[in-house]
Amino acid sequence: MALDAVSVAFRLADGSDFTAVQQATLDVADGEFVAIVGPTGCGKSTLLNVTAGLIRPAAGTTRIFGTPLTRLNLQAGYLFQADALFPWKSVLENVAIGLEISGTSRAAAHDQARQWLTRVGLGGFEARYPHMLSGGQRKRVALAQVLIRNPKILLMDEPFGPLDAQTRQIMGNLLLELWHADRKAVLFITHDLDEAIALADRVVIMSAGPRSNIIGDWRVPLPRPRDIAEVRLLPEFHELNREIWSKLKSEVLKGYQQSAVAGAAS
Amino acid sequence: MNRSLVLLAQVAVAVVLLAAWQFATTVPVSGTATLLPKFFFSTPVDVFNRIVKWLVEGTIWRHLAITLTESILAFVIGSLGGVLIGFWFARQQIVAEIFDPYVKMMNALPRVVLAPIFALWLGLGIWSKVALGVTLVFFVVFFNVYQGVKEVSPTVLANGRMLGMSERQLLRHVYWPSALSWMFSSLHTSVGFAVVGAVVGEYLGSAAGLGYLIQQAEGVFDVAGVFAGMIVLAIFVVIIDWLVSLVENRLLRWRATVGENRLA
Repeated sequence: MALDAVSVAFRLADGSDFTAVQQATLDVADGEFVAIVGPTGCGKSTLLNVTAGLIRPAAGTTRIFGTPLTRLNLQAGYLFQADALFPWKSVLENVAIGLEISGTSRAAAHDQARQWLTRVGLGGFEARYPHMLSGGQRKRVALAQVLIRNPKILLMDEPFGPLDAQTRQIMGNLLLELWHADRKAVLFITHDLDEAIALADRVVIMSAGPRSNIIGDWRVPLPRPRDIAEVRLLPEFHELNREIWSKLKSEVLKGYQQSAVAGAAS
Repeated sequence: MNRSLVLLAQVAVAVVLLAAWQFATTVPVSGTATLLPKFFFSTPVDVFNRIVKWLVEGTIWRHLAITLTESILAFVIGSLGGVLIGFWFARQQIVAEIFDPYVKMMNALPRVVLAPIFALWLGLGIWSKVALGVTLVFFVVFFNVYQGVKEVSPTVLANGRMLGMSERQLLRHVYWPSALSWMFSSLHTSVGFAVVGAVVGEYLGSAAGLGYLIQQAEGVFDVAGVFAGMIVLAIFVVIIDWLVSLVENRLLRWRATVGENRLA
């Protein structure tokens, strides 16, 4: 999966163009876990939506396994930050739907959905509706919903952002466990540097927007399999964290200043 | 407060009101004059006797059946139209824009003024009442379905797309359930309007139905008959409303709030 000099621009209400991302280039190898970290409003979610095909870039190309992306990227599974489950479907139906719409029989889809629900630790919750679940449980359902389609690429937009710290850790470990069993290329967006280092093979950071760009790319030298809580205690973790943070810090401050200026201007 | 206590209090309210009514219309306060003239207010006992008489003679059933038929037809036709057109407008923005002023105009019109037209066009039978009910039900359902389709969560929609849904599948798995949930949440209003349309239509010109019954009684200053008709109508509506609640709880069981913030 590759982003080649991708720029994304939006036409604003006053007619001027707003360039959110400029000339971003990123390669993700097959089976590689890449985390993108950047200050708020830096366009990292925008970049993710470009790889999903939800947004068309103003310039540049996205290549998925060598083929330029021209429409929705259906080889990718997308885990949203906000609640994206279908509230009118039961947990089982929510997970099974991805298979059903592509022609799998209902019985077979439900069978597989049941297996996936057990895998994400929600066996016995099949008949519940999303509103009856906690935030963490809903994320588990969403994970099963995406993974049941066996996508080759996993796109994640701060998926654990709305969760509390403990649940985040548990979900992170669950994600790593599932990813270990079947390695997919992962593009994981977060604003949490600790989370990024603990999870990923590579950490990429973006500059503050507008016209944000990729300004750093680090390989994470931590051994796998990892436990998110334990890996944070290793000296390598701290060393890398300090190194990335020294570069990220100024961007975060810039990001704050810009949003403060924009806030004062509006 | 526990349930039986609430029930007891509810019964007590009815007893006190009925007793006050009976007292005010039958017990003389100065000479032979009562607090309220019996001629204009009747008495609970008379009204009760009238209802019993209707039930015993069996005349009331025919009227009830006709009002019920009209209400059901008005509800079904109005809902069907509202769902189809609401869906169409929401998916075709240009159509919605073109018809917007006309929809507003039609909705602003007090429906009672349409009754004479419907009576001329469709006669004094049930269809003129059904038509009146349809004009009321249609707009409630229409606006709700329109809103339901428009306000589908963008995240849920994007999720459907990323899961590989085609436009048709999005319609079936995302837009449709969302629109229906909005329609069902207005079920009480639309069913109520169907009954209003039927009864008002009957009242303005017909040969049968609860509205007719009340209008006839009023024509001969039969106050007991008017009250009896009103009470039968009220009980009729309460039963229908209860049935709607049953249907609603079944259909919207995926929603958290159904029935929780309503007066139980």
